[in-house]
Amino acid sequence: MANEISIGAAAPGCKKVDPILIADKVVRQFGGLTAVSVDHVEIPRGKITALIGPNGAGKTTFFNLLTGFDKPNSGTWTFDGKNLAGVAPYKVARRGMIRTFQLTKALSLLTVIDNMRLGAQNQVGEGFFASFVRPLWKAQENQITASADTLLTRFKLDAKREDYAGSLSGGQRKLLEMARALMGKPKLVMLDEPMAGVNPALTQSLLEHIKDLKSNGTTVLFVEHDMHMVRHISDWVIVMAEGKVVAEGPPADVMKDQAVIDAYLGAHADTDLGTVEIKSIKAGI
Amino acid sequence: MDLIGIFSLAGNALISPMTVGYILCGIGLALHFGYTGLLNFGQAAFAALGGYGFAIATLDFHWNIWGSILFGLICSMGFAAILGIPTLRLRADYLAIVTIAAAQALRFYVGSSTAEPITGGSAGVSQFGEEFYNLNPLPADLTFNLGTVTLTSSEVWMRIVAWVVVGIAVFFLYALTRSPWGRVLKGIREDEDAVRALGKNVFSYKLQALVIGGSIASLGGMIFVMSSQTNQPSNWGTNFTFITWTILLLGGAATLLGPVLGGMIFFALMTLIESALGILVDAGLLPFLQVEQVAQIRFLLVGLILMLLVIFRPQGFLGNKKEIQFNG
Amino acid sequence: MSQLAAKSRTRAGALLGAIAILFSILLGASPAMAQAHTADDPSTYAFTIAGTLQEKDVPIPGVTITASQDAKSFQTKSDEFGEWTIMVPTDGHWKVTLDTTTIPKEFHLATKDGAIGEADLTQTDFAAVLFKFGSAAPVQAQSIWEQLVIRVFAGFNFGLMLAIAAIGITLIYGTTGLNNFAHGEMVTLGAMIMWLGYSFLHLNIVVAGLLAVLAAMAFGWFQDAAIWRPLRKRRLGLNQMMIVSIGFGIVSRYVLLLFFGGDTKDMSGGQTIITLGPIFTSNTTLISMAISVVALIGVALFLTRTRIGKATRAVSDNASLAASTGIDVEKIIRIVWLVAAALTGLAGVLYGLQFQANWSVGFDLLLLLFAAVTLGGLGTALGAAVGALIIGMVVEVSTIWMPSELKYVSALLILIVILVVRPQGVLGKKQRIG
Repeated sequence: MANEISIGAAAPGCKKVDPILIADKVVRQFGGLTAVSVDHVEIPRGKITALIGPNGAGKTTFFNLLTGFDKPNSGTWTFDGKNLAGVAPYKVARRGMIRTFQLTKALSLLTVIDNMRLGAQNQVGEGFFASFVRPLWKAQENQITASADTLLTRFKLDAKREDYAGSLSGGQRKLLEMARALMGKPKLVMLDEPMAGVNPALTQSLLEHIKDLKSNGTTVLFVEHDMHMVRHISDWVIVMAEGKVVAEGPPADVMKDQAVIDAYLGAHADTDLGTVEIKSIKAGI
Repeated sequence: MDLIGIFSLAGNALISPMTVGYILCGIGLALHFGYTGLLNFGQAAFAALGGYGFAIATLDFHWNIWGSILFGLICSMGFAAILGIPTLRLRADYLAIVTIAAAQALRFYVGSSTAEPITGGSAGVSQFGEEFYNLNPLPADLTFNLGTVTLTSSEVWMRIVAWVVVGIAVFFLYALTRSPWGRVLKGIREDEDAVRALGKNVFSYKLQALVIGGSIASLGGMIFVMSSQTNQPSNWGTNFTFITWTILLLGGAATLLGPVLGGMIFFALMTLIESALGILVDAGLLPFLQVEQVAQIRFLLVGLILMLLVIFRPQGFLGNKKEIQFNG
Repeated sequence: MSQLAAKSRTRAGALLGAIAILFSILLGASPAMAQAHTADDPSTYAFTIAGTLQEKDVPIPGVTITASQDAKSFQTKSDEFGEWTIMVPTDGHWKVTLDTTTIPKEFHLATKDGAIGEADLTQTDFAAVLFKFGSAAPVQAQSIWEQLVIRVFAGFNFGLMLAIAAIGITLIYGTTGLNNFAHGEMVTLGAMIMWLGYSFLHLNIVVAGLLAVLAAMAFGWFQDAAIWRPLRKRRLGLNQMMIVSIGFGIVSRYVLLLFFGGDTKDMSGGQTIITLGPIFTSNTTLISMAISVVALIGVALFLTRTRIGKATRAVSDNASLAASTGIDVEKIIRIVWLVAAALTGLAGVLYGLQFQANWSVGFDLLLLLFAAVTLGGLGTALGAAVGALIIGMVVEVSTIWMPSELKYVSALLILIVILVVRPQGVLGKKQRIG
């Protein structure tokens, strides 16, 4: 099947026309259990890519590995042509690959606006000695605050500007975390279940935000369970099961893929994903 | 002992160099724990290194007062680095165990006969403050009456210097914590992985916080030993650290004036309680207590206050109710 | 002030009330209370300790001898005839020590521990203390291997005792996540109740030991019921709980001090010395070691063979999962507290019998216990036992090369080094992040 993203037909591990992230032979074992064993995968630049698969498939672990929060037993990966294996998480972020977490990490006892300001990179005032000399960082701080306010308005959090992040609802925290990640002007933003726990009323606007990111030239990689969302906004879908990439392609094609239907969608298309989860865990043991 | 006498003692406790020593350690701990979330249970070691560093530089190296202060600071900074580099990557509760262990190990070491040629062993070091007291610009015959307590010229000088240092430390902390630098620290306190994901070198910030908070504590240690000009290992036991925690939590861990207020309240209160208990014991109203045991009651109260504060008022007296400082 | 205090002491005896009586019995039991105020002129002291130092009839001059009791100590030097006399102000037991560094090179103590003696001034006002010199096995003649064997034996003994207390800590940590800084006080309580029963009330040693263990269990149950369970219900954070435990530890420690006084409790007596090759040991030590081993095997069987033990491990692995399979987590935690307290109290009993104990012994051991638990990997019982044996060995074997006053320092340094190289401990597994 021809498409404009991959070189040749879409298949697990296929080459992309313009990849931003390329991972090779990434393996992570916990005790005897292999959580991740990705032979080769490429993430297309400037597109929205969904990473799907049953719970326990290793999606979050793969995220942790790519962003340096966990160390693989073996494997290499490059971002924008530069090696990223073994690089500390904060350096990964500085290179333009910024992630969010499945369990939101809003900084509860900081105000919403301070959460946002913290997201900005290369702040002069974050140096110990410079922090004493206000004139050194005042102008930058104003600039950061202005762009934070713009983002807050876009994410409809401007009314909460001075509230503690801890007082926000679960969905609002998700939004805040995403907005905060954008403060760092990432080239690739990695969202771990951005929809989980978000009020359905907010879902639509969140989808719009993600689409906006793409139009601004940001690449998006996200983990999601909600098939509706995947179908709706993603350009490309990668399916993981038991640590491996089992299928990939444009969403419409992947949904039809027999391997995916068998492994994940078919038999349980109408069942709650919670049941799938438990069965797959049991199968894993 | 009459009431005026007791209140004079309590009033003296409010401003005494010992109180200031604890307050400065509390301010350092506020930076560690209140702002950065580091569970440092070895604050006594930082203070001890300030005291020992100063004394040793003065007595053995014959350095002047500024060099000696600098040496005390360098000692505690070095200790912070040695302790922090391996442990700041670990979980918070590990840091608690390692800092308390390191502080005890240091105290055993300086008190041992192996270290005696340098540290004076269990007897410690003394008479290192001549230059400090020579700097006293106040008239030598000046006295200051605080009820029944009379302060000499050099005692007044000591207190003035001590409180100026507190003022500087508070201002220093104020400037730091209103800056983007302080914002990163607070972020780390809330969730260090989140801050890492935003591109901040969390380890470096924690180390900076540990070093700076430790330096403030070492200034506290210098003032603590300067008033009596004696520095002994027994000053720096775990109880020193526990009292520091108590005064920090009493005032409010993430507040600027919390440790100052906490320290003053704590020591004034302790003096009042000890005097009151002493009177009751003397009057035979507490037959199960001996006079010597009254001092032990102080530590019992430290433990009790620490427990009750953490359970019922974790934000302290000055803290915002919302700003509860623990994340388990 | 001292006159007033003296008056209050006489009045104290006259006051009734159950609490007052209990307190005064306990305080009266403590030698620390008997000697509050003393005159300061030694020549007026009523009690005398004396002796002669000689090796094969040659007098040893110039050796410093110290007699000490609690915080008081008095010194003298042996004269040209090797004779020495110390006047002391109070009765009771006095520890008499030779400063071995002042012994001239040509003389040797008969045994390594021979520099410490005891003067019993409970019945009389004069006591002679003998120090043996020049036996067949002078200390310096020991080969490094002999020293090693002796230290390893001592380390094994100390490590076994640490192990049972460390398993106590680790069981509680595993099931509740609490780093309990008040754990050492259960060791102290065990030792103090043992002293009360065995040395003060002269009960049978087994009865006294059982009483001490029961007291520790009661204390464990009480603190869980009164403090930790309510705090768990309030969902207090773990770091917060840890600070509460520090506070509770201080309170317990000073209550113990108020009850038992600050002196070191002597529980020796009835020991027979046993020689095993180069090792001098006693029946007390050997029996203690046997008891420790039995206790460790007992815990291992409990955890692996019994339903409750298996449930305990399930709760340690994943409390919410365990709860969802029908395990009553709170009940398990309650049982764990009882088991942990019993083990820890037993460690206190054994420590007290072998090494003597005072009010702060538990806190002094606490950091070694944490070192052991961390070394083994937080939360695994086997790890804690192995960690404790290693720490025990390190503490004892290090004294071959280091002054024994620094032996705890070496253990604490090991703790720090281990955390650097292998933070998950010797036997722990790496944890999954996120």
